[in-house]
Amino acid sequence: MTEINPLETDRTPGLKRVVIETLTRVEGHGKVTLLLDEDGHVRQARLHIVEFRGFEKFIQGRPYWEVPVMVQRLCGICPVSHHLAASKAMDQVVGVSRLTPTAEKVRRLMHYGQILQSHALHFFHLSSPDLLFGFDSDVARRNIVGVAAAHPDLARRGVLLRKFGQEVIRITAGKRIHGTGSVPGGVNRSVPPAERRTLREQCGQVIDWSREAVHLVRQLFEQNLEQYRDFATFPSHSLALVRADGAMDLYEGGLRARSATGETLFDHADYCEYWERILEDVKPWSYMKFPFLRELGPENGWYRVGPLTRVTSCDFIPSTLAEQERRDFLAFDEGSAARATLGSHWARMIEMLHAAEVIAGLLADDDICGDDLMAHGERQPRGVGVIEAPRGTLIHHYRVDERDQVVRANLIVSTTHNNEPMNRAIRAVARRYLDGRTLTEGLLNHIEVAVRAFDPCLSCATHALGKMPLAVELADADGKVIDVLRRDGG
Amino acid sequence: MTAPIVVFAIGNPSRGDDAIGPELGARLEAEGLAHVAVVVDFQLQVEHALDLADTELAIFVDAAVNIEPPYELKQAGPSRDRSHTSHALSPAAVLETFERCTGRTAPPAWVLAVRGEHFELGAELSAAARENLDAAWQILKALSAGPAAGP
Repeated sequence: MTEINPLETDRTPGLKRVVIETLTRVEGHGKVTLLLDEDGHVRQARLHIVEFRGFEKFIQGRPYWEVPVMVQRLCGICPVSHHLAASKAMDQVVGVSRLTPTAEKVRRLMHYGQILQSHALHFFHLSSPDLLFGFDSDVARRNIVGVAAAHPDLARRGVLLRKFGQEVIRITAGKRIHGTGSVPGGVNRSVPPAERRTLREQCGQVIDWSREAVHLVRQLFEQNLEQYRDFATFPSHSLALVRADGAMDLYEGGLRARSATGETLFDHADYCEYWERILEDVKPWSYMKFPFLRELGPENGWYRVGPLTRVTSCDFIPSTLAEQERRDFLAFDEGSAARATLGSHWARMIEMLHAAEVIAGLLADDDICGDDLMAHGERQPRGVGVIEAPRGTLIHHYRVDERDQVVRANLIVSTTHNNEPMNRAIRAVARRYLDGRTLTEGLLNHIEVAVRAFDPCLSCATHALGKMPLAVELADADGKVIDVLRRDGG
Repeated sequence: MTAPIVVFAIGNPSRGDDAIGPELGARLEAEGLAHVAVVVDFQLQVEHALDLADTELAIFVDAAVNIEPPYELKQAGPSRDRSHTSHALSPAAVLETFERCTGRTAPPAWVLAVRGEHFELGAELSAAARENLDAAWQILKALSAGPAAGP
């Protein structure tokens, strides 16, 4: 589709490759290659991911009404996001442009439950060890240990917040995993009053903990500003859904793209014709596609999605506490946190707070217990569903034949949108911390911290025991391994 | 959920031999044992620590690739290994999360790892995995009889 960047196939004599196999602490199927010159300077970074191959084949031939359930098996990390994106696409297939109030609110409740539980896991368990115990100097470590001591129950809070989000999912989707709550045209259940009461009783605590988490990230930024401001940071374009009035809306809206300098490239674009705005590039060294903004082309049109993009792109967050935190975030250190890759953690916690507020609001709405669950329309041959999943924009696109079977499917998942930004982040870190000859745990930690800021979902839902080793290889341009660093998985 | 024994049956039923865990979980659920709670999920995560509350024995059942067929049974104890910052925890990390979050000692635990061969999306269980699964079923039934029974 496009001319290949010469660096990506560079075989210049004297170049060396550093291969970091399987980023275990990020997910189980990643590999990083660093391409060096003779002076040990990083010229290229590539994150190789065994991505969602075979999805289209998996889906093709299935009746459209099965799809919202079966796509949950694509991913063990965010099945609810796939469930809802597929449901939105199939709404169009059954000719429904507007859900009943109960159906839309139950789906939103499910979605914000997913956002909350996913963000809680990421911060409290995946990222906080990096942030609280340091990934750089001893000085930083000493500073951060004080924060950890002030928050001894961090892990417990993470578990309970995640559990709360999963209860929201269970009650709206019907099951803890493989829920069936959302169907083409609506939902098949509303919220039972008794379970609504139980969830409402917990909302105050969930909001308080979420708000404290936002403040904890701010505290970490304040204590480590020099490091956090620049770590793995680079300018990028951005893409996110926004509501018609410009508000953050993680369930429905139009596409907004902004340039690296903050100019609006397009706004409120209809995602049903996303291909008018986004194309996908392929590269010979990766199974992952490389989406780009059509008007900017494959070389310059790569962009970032996810919490940082959403918080900085929207005009406001439509919940009181989260909006105040957004304003504080944007104003912090003249906007440096909002430009920093590690600002993703801060933005993620603002979104978690917003999700908690949205959940509380929906639980106070009697519509979620209503019995008008389904809308109906005239059957259509095509449907596109887009949702802001925890990690970013998720696109499901299906074509269905007259026998109700899916004949074409195209999925662009959040991690794919972030493919090039993750490569840029790794390159930025490697240029700073690699000495060119020695692979160290420290370098690996820094690369993982950079990648983890994007919270990539690379698991593809397969985690058989023993499939997660971590190996780092230093090889020359001919593929000869000259250094190896290996970790065992869990 | 409070039952003396909790069995975590882990795996994605749509990914070939990764279905070993859910398949064994379904068999166990069909037995209708009142003293056994079966938790089926794609992968272990921190919230599974909460399922350990008030249990006397935990059994983790999962497919595995680096063991001799048909299965491997070993005891597990709490350990904060590297999986604690992953989207999928090890059984040891789940046990450690339980202790860290509750301040209580984790129950004794077994890991029943069953050899799998192929993990492609949309694939069925392989013939080899089915044989391994049948062999593992006998030991899972024995374990599920109670803490005193042992393997």
